[in-house]
This record gives sequence, structure tokens and C-alpha cells, in this order.
Amino acid sequence: MEAEKYQIDLGNLMAFDPTHHFQSIPSTREELARVCIDKGTELVQSIANALFGLPSTADPDGPLVKLPPPTTKLPREKHLPKPKPPTKWEQFAKMKGIKNHKKDKRVFDEQTGTWKRRYGYDRVNDDKDVPIIEAKMTDEPGEDPFSKRMSEKKQRVEKQDKNRLQNLKQAMKADALPSHVQLAATALPITGTKREVPKKASREELESVAGMAASATASGGKFDKKLPGEKPAKHAGKYRKFLPVVEGKGMGSQERQQTEKILNKLMAKSSHDILDVDKASCHNVQREGREEAQERQRAGGSFIFKIKQV
Amino acid sequence: MLKVKTPKTHRAKRALEKRAPRLASTRPLLPLLVENSKKTLILHGTKTSDVLNAVLTQIHHLKRDNSIRYTKRNDNIRPFESGGEASLEFFSQKTDCSLFVFGSHSKKRPNNLVLGRMYDHHVYDLVEVGVENFKSLESFVYDKKIAPRAATKPFFAFIGEGFESVEELKHLKEVLLDLFRGEAVENINLSGIDRVFVCTAISSTTVFMTHCALRLKRSGTAIPRMELVEVGPSMDLVVRRHRLPNESLKKEAMKTASHQPKKKMKNVHRDLVQGKIGKVYMPDQQVGDMTLTSNIKGLKRERRESKTKNAPKDDQSKKRKTEDQ
Repeated sequence: MEAEKYQIDLGNLMAFDPTHHFQSIPSTREELARVCIDKGTELVQSIANALFGLPSTADPDGPLVKLPPPTTKLPREKHLPKPKPPTKWEQFAKMKGIKNHKKDKRVFDEQTGTWKRRYGYDRVNDDKDVPIIEAKMTDEPGEDPFSKRMSEKKQRVEKQDKNRLQNLKQAMKADALPSHVQLAATALPITGTKREVPKKASREELESVAGMAASATASGGKFDKKLPGEKPAKHAGKYRKFLPVVEGKGMGSQERQQTEKILNKLMAKSSHDILDVDKASCHNVQREGREEAQERQRAGGSFIFKIKQV
Repeated sequence: MLKVKTPKTHRAKRALEKRAPRLASTRPLLPLLVENSKKTLILHGTKTSDVLNAVLTQIHHLKRDNSIRYTKRNDNIRPFESGGEASLEFFSQKTDCSLFVFGSHSKKRPNNLVLGRMYDHHVYDLVEVGVENFKSLESFVYDKKIAPRAATKPFFAFIGEGFESVEELKHLKEVLLDLFRGEAVENINLSGIDRVFVCTAISSTTVFMTHCALRLKRSGTAIPRMELVEVGPSMDLVVRRHRLPNESLKKEAMKTASHQPKKKMKNVHRDLVQGKIGKVYMPDQQVGDMTLTSNIKGLKRERRESKTKNAPKDDQSKKRKTEDQ
């Protein structure tokens, strides 16, 4: 009877009376509270009737009752976890029909005659346990087989790291990255391919920019009004570098290089408008000489000239 | 270039995994399809009255098992305005809370309480209520032996047709249920039921809410007689503004793992006697359309046969050749 009157959601231990209506709201608070609690008692009793009617199991702390699932639907807190896309290997294994099977963690190592881990530190068939490598005919002379083995191992590890990153990227695309893994950018992304994260300007950068702006007036900021809280620029001018005068190697030759650089620049700039008259006339003379010699050859002269080309 | 960042300690890893969205609760006794219980964040606005301070403290007290209370004033939280939820969402992210109670007091809206829910750390829905006629926990006199214990599962009694007919109250009912229901459980210990929230719709905007302790009295039958003792706090909630969730967001948030439709296999059905039965459709053989070439298998076989017939001859000729050499 009561169960029909009230809506009961046993999963949430909730009862709802949609028919109740106040004819007149009680005048005092005490009266209102009393009426409400009386009504509430009825509702709670109806929940209890349903609850205690459920089959219970004995427990040292008291009888346990299995609740039915709640009928009032409440929203989730977070989205449903998305399925992880298969890794490249999983795809390949599925294609080839390769199935995983369990292997023992401990394996007998014949090299040392002891039981060792299959993988990881101090593992079975560890390269480190082999102190001597037999030389083969194919070995290149002068190559250290031990360092070769090390570098090969390093390459394998790097390859695996690369594969892992690739699989994680795929998982990130599917929004199914494992919760403890984060992919962080180590360099700025190429513009247009990925959303850019604007870098927050650091304190130093802001200070240096503010200093530059403050001194960018005719007086170098000397007669400008200072803003409240503005500090003087930390380095007003440039740092001046003094190079060693005595010539030498490295730093010592920098002075010379610097002057040469400037000189070259100057020479290069003014070279096109200076005509070296001597050089030009010399060139002309040589050309004339060449023509004469050719004529002489044609005439069958006995002189043979070797003409230097200019 | 991307770098893989993983926590350095197991503790940090566990903490991160705890926050991840999940199908099931981490606790093994709970049903597989239930999430972990929602945490509540309690916040103060720019100004809060004494009444509101008491309300917020006591809500925190009622939910002390999974609630976080911030006592600093927040002047940039305005949940109903666009842009005013930014820092709220940040706090939700930071504390991993998906319910919030925000108290503020102004001339226009005195003793204002905003109850809201978050989905994926974004505001899901909001209800704004004014608190009136507040009676604190301390003002109730009762036998302390029956005081409800911390973190027990409460009963709810909603009284009044307003909760069905008035949109705001219907919404408020759902939010109150979500806020106070505690952990979603599969099993309940009958000796551990000791509290009830009684909410009565007095008018189309006002809800009288009180918190009572439950006393189980002998009734002579297996079902005990329930007795309610008011233990407080009690207050009137006057609904002001409210914002329902976005329809698409609601659909997304209401998804449960069991709701995900199982992909139906075509042409396969189950029979009680015969078990799994599948139908196979063969397309008609298009004999007329087949192109006839010399590459037909039948022809090849003929050639092979002729080869085997001629084979001994070939062998002899070969042998002869070798003999000649």
C-alpha cells in the first residue's frame, strides 16, 4: 500500500512522496518541523520496510543487505575510460596469430650455474658474465668486440624507447594515455601542426624589456617621469669587451681578426667604384700582344710564345 | 619532440592513478560499474555572513569523510557568469573534487549558496539557493548517544509535489541527493543506518531541509519502528537561479559501462536447444559473366596430364643426350 504511494529508490535509500501538499503552512517553525518529521518518519518507515524485507547475510558487525542498483540516475564524475589502441607489436602479433604465454621469472643460468632472473639486473645469459669473446674470421681488426656489444645493446634500447614513444603518441591521439604517463614537449612545436602554448614571460625578461622601454627616449630615460615601483635598469649600457693587444693564438688573434673583418668589409663596399687604371691598361696591352703573336704564328714565324692567360 | 614523463615514486603514481577516470571503484567489494564517490569542495566568496560561515562549516562537518574546505576568500569565482568559473574549475582539478558548495553574501543575494556539480572538471550544473531560518547543530538538544556517526549512508525523504512539478526543485532534489548520499554501495550494514535528510517543499521555491538521527525501536515484528530525532542543522533553502546541464553533456555524463551497447553480431542467434546458430548467405554464382581465358585450371590440368604422358619419352631423350657427352 505504502510502496505504491511513495516512490522508493532503495539503491540510494531514498523515498519521495509526490502527492503531499500543504493545505496551510504551519505558522510556527516548531510546528512546521514537527509536521515534516512526522511525514518523514512515514517515508523512512516505508524505506525500512523494503530494506528489512531484503535477504540479509550475517556478519560480525551486523546483518548485511545487498542493495538493488539505484534507480535515480546521477551523472558520472569523469568520462568513461577510453580503450587503449593496440601497440604496433600487438597489431603484428594479432595479424600473425602470436599468443603470449607465461614464462617463469626465474631461470637456470648455465653460464654461472645459478638461478637468475629472466630479465633485468643480474639476469640470465647476461653479456656481462661473458669475459672472453672468441675471435671470428669475420671480425674486423682493431675493433673492440666488447664495446661493439655495448653499443649494439644501447641501440636496441634506444629503438625500444622510440617504439614506446610512438605507441604512447597513438594512445594520446585516442585519449587513452595511461594516467601516470604524461607526454611533455621538449622543444617548441612547429607552427601550424600543433596547438601552440604561449610561453609565460619570466621575471627577468619582463624586467629587461621594461628597462629597455624606459631608456628608449632622447635623454636615455634620464628626465622621464618614473612610474611608481619602477626600478632603475639593471645594466644601463653595454658591456665593453677589451681584447688583448699582444698578438698570439686564439683570443690573442681576435683583435687582428676583428680589424681585418672591418677592413674587408670596407674594401668590398668600395671596390666596385674604384677602377684600377694600371691593371686595366695592362690587361689591354696583354690582349694586343696575344693578337700579334697569333698573327706571327699564322705567318710561319720561328718564335713560339707561351702566353700567360690573365 | 615529445618526452615521456612518469612519476618518480610509486606513491606519486598511485596518486595519479587514483584520479584517473575509471569504470570501477578501486575497492574490491563495490560493484564494477560504480565510480568512486565524489568529493566536495567548500568555498567562500568575497564576503560571507556568520550564518553562511556556519552553514559551510556544518556541511563540511556532515561530509567530513570526503570533503575539502577552503577558508580563503575568493573574489574571482562567479559560477553563473561566463569566465567566473575558471578558478573554480582549477580548484576542482587540483583537489579532484566534482561537487562544490560556494557561499557568498551580498545585498542583492543575502546568504547565497551555490550548489554545483562538475563533469570532467568542468561545471556541469548549478543551483543557487538562499539560506533562511538556519538552525545550527549546536542549538539542538538531544541524547548524544544517538548522534549519527561519521560517513554513514543517509536515508532521504523528499516530501511535496513541488519536487516533481517545479523544475527548479526537481533539479535541487537531484543535486541534494548527489551531494549528501555519500558512497554508492552495494551492500549495507543494517546496524549502521543512523541518519536521514528530510526535505520538504513548502512552496514552489522554498525547501525546508533538516538532518535527523534515526532510532530503531522494537515493533514486535522483524521490521523495527523508525523514530526520527532532529539533530540539525536545519534550514530553509530558497531557490534563486539554476542552470541545467547541457543536453549533450548530460547524455555523455549519464553513460555507464553497462550502457555501452554490445555490438550485435549479424546473422547469429542463440537457440535454447541448438545453442549458437549462424546463417551463411552465399551469393549466386555468376557463371555467365565469367571471362574465358586460356588460364583456366581445367585446361592446365589437361596440359599436366599430357606432360605425364610424354614424360618417359623426354627422359629417354635426355639420357641419350648425357650418354652422347
